[in-house]
Amino acid sequence: MPLPFPFSAIVGQEEMKLALLIAAVDQTVGGVLVFGDRGTGKSTAIRALAALMPKMAVVPNCPYNCDPGADKPGLCAACSDHEPTGKPRQVPMPVVDLPLGATEDRVIGALDLERALTQGEKAFEPGLLAKAHRGFLYIDEVNLLEDHLVDALLDVAASGENVVEREGLSIRHPASFVLVGSGNPEEGELRPQLLDRFGLSVEVTTPQDLKTRVEIVRQRDAFERDRAAFVKRWKRKDGQVRRRITRAREILTDVDVPSDVIELASQLCMRLGTDGLRGELTLIRAARAVASLDGETEVTPAHLRQVAPSALRHRLRRDPLDESGSSARVQRAVAELFDA
Amino acid sequence: MNPEGLDAAGGWHDAALAAALLALAPSYLGGLQLRALPGPVREAWLEGLRELLPHGAPVRRVPLHANTASLLGGLDLAATLQAGRPVAQRGLLVECHGGIALLAMAERAERGTVAQLASAMDFAEVVLERDGLAARHAAEFGVVALDESVGPDEALSPVLADRLAFRIDLHPIGIHDVDEIGVRVADLAAAREHLPRVTHVASDTEQLCAVALSLGVDSMRASLLALRAARAAAALRGADRVDTEDLAVAARLVLAPRATLMPAVEEESPPEDQPPPPSDDETDQETRDSADPETAQKLEDQVLEAAVAAIPEQLLASLQAGRVPRLRAQTTGKSGAVQRSKLRGRPLGARRGDPRTGARLSLIDTLRAAAPWQGIRRRRRAERSSGTKVLVERDDFHVVRFKQRAETTTIFVVDASGSAALHRLAEAKGAVELLLADCYVRRDQVALIAFRGESAELLLPPTRSLVRAKRSLAALPGGGGTPLAAGLDAAMALCDLVQRRGGTPTVVCLTDGRANVGRQGAKGREQALDDALESATALRLSGTRCMVIDMSPRPHASAARLAEAMRGRYLPLPHADAAKLSGAVQQATGVPGAP
Repeated sequence: MPLPFPFSAIVGQEEMKLALLIAAVDQTVGGVLVFGDRGTGKSTAIRALAALMPKMAVVPNCPYNCDPGADKPGLCAACSDHEPTGKPRQVPMPVVDLPLGATEDRVIGALDLERALTQGEKAFEPGLLAKAHRGFLYIDEVNLLEDHLVDALLDVAASGENVVEREGLSIRHPASFVLVGSGNPEEGELRPQLLDRFGLSVEVTTPQDLKTRVEIVRQRDAFERDRAAFVKRWKRKDGQVRRRITRAREILTDVDVPSDVIELASQLCMRLGTDGLRGELTLIRAARAVASLDGETEVTPAHLRQVAPSALRHRLRRDPLDESGSSARVQRAVAELFDA
Repeated sequence: MNPEGLDAAGGWHDAALAAALLALAPSYLGGLQLRALPGPVREAWLEGLRELLPHGAPVRRVPLHANTASLLGGLDLAATLQAGRPVAQRGLLVECHGGIALLAMAERAERGTVAQLASAMDFAEVVLERDGLAARHAAEFGVVALDESVGPDEALSPVLADRLAFRIDLHPIGIHDVDEIGVRVADLAAAREHLPRVTHVASDTEQLCAVALSLGVDSMRASLLALRAARAAAALRGADRVDTEDLAVAARLVLAPRATLMPAVEEESPPEDQPPPPSDDETDQETRDSADPETAQKLEDQVLEAAVAAIPEQLLASLQAGRVPRLRAQTTGKSGAVQRSKLRGRPLGARRGDPRTGARLSLIDTLRAAAPWQGIRRRRRAERSSGTKVLVERDDFHVVRFKQRAETTTIFVVDASGSAALHRLAEAKGAVELLLADCYVRRDQVALIAFRGESAELLLPPTRSLVRAKRSLAALPGGGGTPLAAGLDAAMALCDLVQRRGGTPTVVCLTDGRANVGRQGAKGREQALDDALESATALRLSGTRCMVIDMSPRPHASAARLAEAMRGRYLPLPHADAAKLSGAVQQATGVPGAP
């Protein structure tokens, strides 16, 4: 794998970067969807985040990256049967790419071909979902994904568990991951079920001012000419971001959400007419993650305001007579509610 | 640059230059979009490119309908069965490593193919997660997209076009203009060595970005590719530094073909102030240039001029006319939306499934799925072995999936009010009949909604029947008010129905736009027009393709406004007869075969 572009060297696209950081701090926010123009650094940002994530502890020799500190329901069959032995290993958090054209068997897991053919043995070979457990599953061009794969993914993402039943193979293993998707709206719309599955959705556009554009080309060019040197130069700043994530994770549970902020979130969702409670939950969780990233102990309306577009824009019912986009609608509602 | 515009010889010169630059660094520059029909000129160009590539560099043709397995690779069934262990098959894209992928009929390439190409280009590797195999292969290659599109309906996928540095049009070039590429292989090899050492100054980047912005080239990739092209051009000259000439080449070959705006070159006042060099980072590798702003501005103008001179003539004309060929957000092209089907259409690969549900069994994929299990099954069944060669079980069954184009349904919304009926109703009827005859050939459907008095009426539900259509048309009465909103609402409802049945609706509205009856039957022009515009907007937001044919003797602004609200085409046809009308509709809905 070639060296990825440093996260802190990405010019602009603040909303996208913040959404990714939120997902890194609190996995329960439930995935990030990045939709937007070509060449805006969607994939770059996600791969950059992967390089930035703090390491995590795993049970040694567990193919599913089980957490040594987890309770029984979150463990795979082997780890919950007998107490894990050996010292937990520190590994980088997995960021698994779901490449286009991946087949169902590789995603979900299937018979181990090698062993079946050479030894005639029936053994399960974990798929990408197992690899992504406790990490990120990244789907580029998510709107090009085959429907039956999307169905399988949704099912697993919702339950946090992957169940494989095929010809005598009967396996279930934990698979909870943050789904990160990116795509281009020109390539087609996303199915509403999949849309709702993502906690945050971000729209990215090409910057239009010359200065930013020059800066982007300059960084990219410098990176391509000498990757190692470029990455080294940004190492310190990337380290700062990493520490910020680590610290935010530590204090996340201590961040207080005052009841008036919860009420405000409910009012906002009601005003926008979002379906179900998922919007409110995500809104509050995301705001809490932002507060912890800022090192604060209490969520304020300002935090709510900062994450409202990302948390809500994809949950609005389409109003055929309203021409303005959903981002504008969220912003309008926020302004009406907060500035009143 | 080229005072007479792009004459054929100059065209070949640029094409040859692009070929040399691409051969210099295929994956660095992404590739080239080659607009040309198959023929000796294209062959000559391709031959020239091939000769310039390093010895042994592969040039692989990627066929139009290459499926995922052949692009990325997968399990080699025959070899696997023979060897008794999984044998991987290398994909086409992996075989292109270090060379060129030739994408034939690129304008018709499928989204999936394009996305896989793009992904391999972005990461210079092919990541395989298929058929129980997981692997990564290096795949650094340039793409030559052979674009054989003729009309504006067809276009290379923007996903791919965005990643290719150059766009070359060989259409205006005759066989007599074809010349040598004019670069020696040895020189090119030296330039290839030299490329990493070529430097550029900060103002070069700024100039290219500024030119891109003033040409309305949105994508950041274009600016980056332009910079790369400039460096490659410098390397080709054997120079150590990028100079204005190289920037002009980059602007001409990379930026100009992507222009969506006509820049104002002769502007007196210096356009935007030059961005001050970012103060914080002296970390950049670029050496800072101390050129004063005025010189920089002059240089930028030169580069911009070079780009403008190279904007293709047709594009220039349409830019000046203010018509910008932007892609619409909806799928472009003429045919109905793609849908999956069990039995008809183009094969779309196979998936596990039960053939008894009406799908077609895919024998090869079924065998492929069964292959690895043979050892286990044989042992399990050893006691009651019946001598079957291949043990296939229900779980192995794979079925073929097809996709087919959804049917198009053209919905005519005809104004049968007093004002319109007098002149045009007969013509509208004639046009619908003609179109219907045409639809019969194409297996499309036609529906007819008429509005008059206070309401709209569905005279003809979607049908292919000539007889029924003629009968209901003949019975179409005229006279009364113009409840335009009611007509459009009825069209909207019908669109919804058609879409739910899996068809693709197109709305053709024949009216003079002079609505005078509102939604609730309220009289009054203003209210009526407001209601109509609202309905038109709803129609647009539903994503339906629309057009408005103004059939009043004197075209009227309100019909044009209506078309604008629908974001549909507006066609004033003051004296059209039935044949002309039908021709116009066929053109607008992109239906081929109009005589």
